[in-house]
Amino acid sequence: MLTRAKNPRLWLATAILAAAGSIGAPGALAQQKEKVLRAAMHADVRTVDPFWTTQTIAAIHGLMVYDTLFSSDINLDPKPQMVDTWTVSPDRKVYTFKLRDGLKFHDGTAVTSKDVVASMNRWGKRDGAGKQLMGYTKSLTAKDAKTFEWALTEPYGLLIDILAKTGTSIPFVMREKEALVDAFTQIQEVVGSGPFMFKRDEWVPGSKTVYVKFKDYAPRKEPASGHAGGKVVKVDRVEFIWLSDTQTAQSALVAGEIDYLENPAIDFLPILKKTPGVKLESHPAMGTMGILQLNHLHPPFNNVKARQAMLYLINNADYLNTIAADESLQTLCFSFFGCGVSMETDAGSEPYKGAKNLARAEQLFKEAGYKGEPITILQATDHQYITPANLVMIQQLRKASFLKLDVQAMDWGSVVSRRAKKEAPAQGGWNIFITGTTVVTSSSPITHTSIGMGCDKAWFGWPCDKRFEDLRQEWAFAPDLAARKKLAVELSKRAYDQVPYISFAQWRNPVAFRSDRLTGVQTMPSVPPMWNIDKK
Amino acid sequence: MTAYIVRRLLATIPVMAVVALFVFLLLHLTPGDPAAVIAGDDASPADVEAIRRKLGLDLAIWQQFIIYVGNLLRGDLGTSIFSNLPVLTLVKQRLEPSLVLAVSTLVIAIALAVPMGVLAAWKARSWIDRVVMGFSVLGFAVPVFLIGYLLIYVFAIELRWLPVQGYRPLSQGIDQTARSILLPAIALSMVYMALIARMTRASMLEVLSEDYIRTAHSKGVSTIVVLLRHALKNAAVPIVTVIGIGLTLLISGVVITETVFNIPGLGRLTVDAILKRDYPIIQGLIILFAGAKVLVNLLIDISYVFFDPRIRY
Repeated sequence: MLTRAKNPRLWLATAILAAAGSIGAPGALAQQKEKVLRAAMHADVRTVDPFWTTQTIAAIHGLMVYDTLFSSDINLDPKPQMVDTWTVSPDRKVYTFKLRDGLKFHDGTAVTSKDVVASMNRWGKRDGAGKQLMGYTKSLTAKDAKTFEWALTEPYGLLIDILAKTGTSIPFVMREKEALVDAFTQIQEVVGSGPFMFKRDEWVPGSKTVYVKFKDYAPRKEPASGHAGGKVVKVDRVEFIWLSDTQTAQSALVAGEIDYLENPAIDFLPILKKTPGVKLESHPAMGTMGILQLNHLHPPFNNVKARQAMLYLINNADYLNTIAADESLQTLCFSFFGCGVSMETDAGSEPYKGAKNLARAEQLFKEAGYKGEPITILQATDHQYITPANLVMIQQLRKASFLKLDVQAMDWGSVVSRRAKKEAPAQGGWNIFITGTTVVTSSSPITHTSIGMGCDKAWFGWPCDKRFEDLRQEWAFAPDLAARKKLAVELSKRAYDQVPYISFAQWRNPVAFRSDRLTGVQTMPSVPPMWNIDKK
Repeated sequence: MTAYIVRRLLATIPVMAVVALFVFLLLHLTPGDPAAVIAGDDASPADVEAIRRKLGLDLAIWQQFIIYVGNLLRGDLGTSIFSNLPVLTLVKQRLEPSLVLAVSTLVIAIALAVPMGVLAAWKARSWIDRVVMGFSVLGFAVPVFLIGYLLIYVFAIELRWLPVQGYRPLSQGIDQTARSILLPAIALSMVYMALIARMTRASMLEVLSEDYIRTAHSKGVSTIVVLLRHALKNAAVPIVTVIGIGLTLLISGVVITETVFNIPGLGRLTVDAILKRDYPIIQGLIILFAGAKVLVNLLIDISYVFFDPRIRY
């Protein structure tokens, strides 16, 4: 009989077999049993504090880990999430909320009103809508472990809507410990009460972010709908894989290496449409809107006539055809508040909608005192849609031979730095840059940061118009939807008169996923939910 | 030799100091603001300013430089502005994929390019020489991303033999690592194969015309022994130099290959940090890359002694 001691070859064979068997044997078995949802998102999770930045990816990360008091359902209507019941005083100034039973943080401690109060205070220092809400807040106090009271100085009608907001800077509930950290300092620990737990030890910024199911999460009884309803987690683990190359991302989906692609490049959609087992879906309010931002501090655009002149030069449809050639993704939208949403209105857009009129534009520029000074354009050269939009704009403006353009090419990182400069263009400032926003953010005049005309407090470009700001305030206090719609029309007319910026194009980017493996995928604008998804 | 090595190592100190100063100034004098990137598009200018203050980016450049040098002297490369993770932790996360990719690429390149170069020199001006040199021209001319996409299409999408993207660490098994690294290593090795094959051919041609090679032939030494023992060893100095430079380039800057194949290496870490203006990461990485370059150059110089006994330090 051969023994290993007598036969070195047998030793070798045994060692090889043992090594082969040990290659991740327990791990491989666990992997087979474990349901892992692999998703490539539009950006990489680089910061784990969802209040520290307004980046959408931080909101997506936040929605995985943290829970919210209210959430938007699939129709974008607010619904209670952590809140069980609430009452409103007859004068609509005092809201009393009660948290539902069974809410726990990932460290096992119960969620209390103190955590909520501290979280809302921290969020209210960073988010635009939150800041406004806090401006009307008289007090926010924890009455007992599960009850808290929000007292307002005025009957501000948007409290519940803002608490249910989606998009960026969502009001998440953190532990009091983290919520007491200064709002401009990033938190260190990520302990939420949401349906997934963040795996810090597996986090590789720039590559992969891992979440595991929070087994003690108590979902609501209602069926999942958007961000609302029961957040029932049906997979064990979610991996956000950062695939910066769009070609590789679509190849990985086609090959089945990832299950979900949040933001497939529009150029690759025809390939994905034809791929068996891959499905494309989008929410009606999903989409991006272009912003051609004008600097109101310096000539020529410190004069309203020069800004109005731009409406006669810019052709909305050209941007759509360049950025999203597929007509099914396009919306020729002339609404500052987005199209396909309740505040949609094109009131006052006639100069923009009509035929382009170089002579009228030239006349208006002359009336604005323009004498051929260089117009400094910050041209980002490394952005998926801003780069082509810049090229379209430059081409359109070059048709106006009376304009002298100073096109300065740079990366997007330089644009975001340069746009903050208030100096004159010749001293390092600027006249025009292009950016974008989401339809869901634009759909409310309050959350739509870039439409604000609060002068020094306004967004980059610093538009300044008291009448418009008064109308925004009126909108926030409007008693019902009909009144808000009426005010949206007035806001739109005023915006087209003052031209804080020029809105161009609205296009949708559907999500793509492996429909042969996944069920229960829900689409939501900007921040897709990862619960309710099951994997075969 | 020991004195030479010590001298060379001491000489790296002023080199690193100059690199640190240069990188710091370059980063802080070029446009870009990490606070604006962190704050995001919907942030107000006031919020951007508040973040800038919190991060100490509003301090004078000389104050920021003193803090940076102080940390550096304590061995602290800093903390990422975005992720709040120490730069060293981020480097450790990325080191293995970069090293595995670099070594695999060089192994493939050397294993194929050196014999190709030797063969081309031996059969100079024959069709074999032309094929090898034609391949070299292609290796230089075809962009690595194109080779990458072609390899992905054929071997990952159509044949399904290998994965499209991603890196499997060695802890998951060497077979898994090999599967994940094979396509990027092949794609990346093309240009190095071209470079090493051309260098080997040129160097071999020079050596093959030497008198001692003719003597070896006339003494009846076999061609293979003449080529490998007498010629290749004496032609090795420029080849080793090219391989050494290739190694440092591979570790620090293969961002396109890393991006196409989604390999979480140091190249992508560097470029992502530059795009986001994550100053501590950029500064830390450049210091480390400079150190690696100095070290590899030293090793190359030392290796000359083994290939050419006439060289003495």
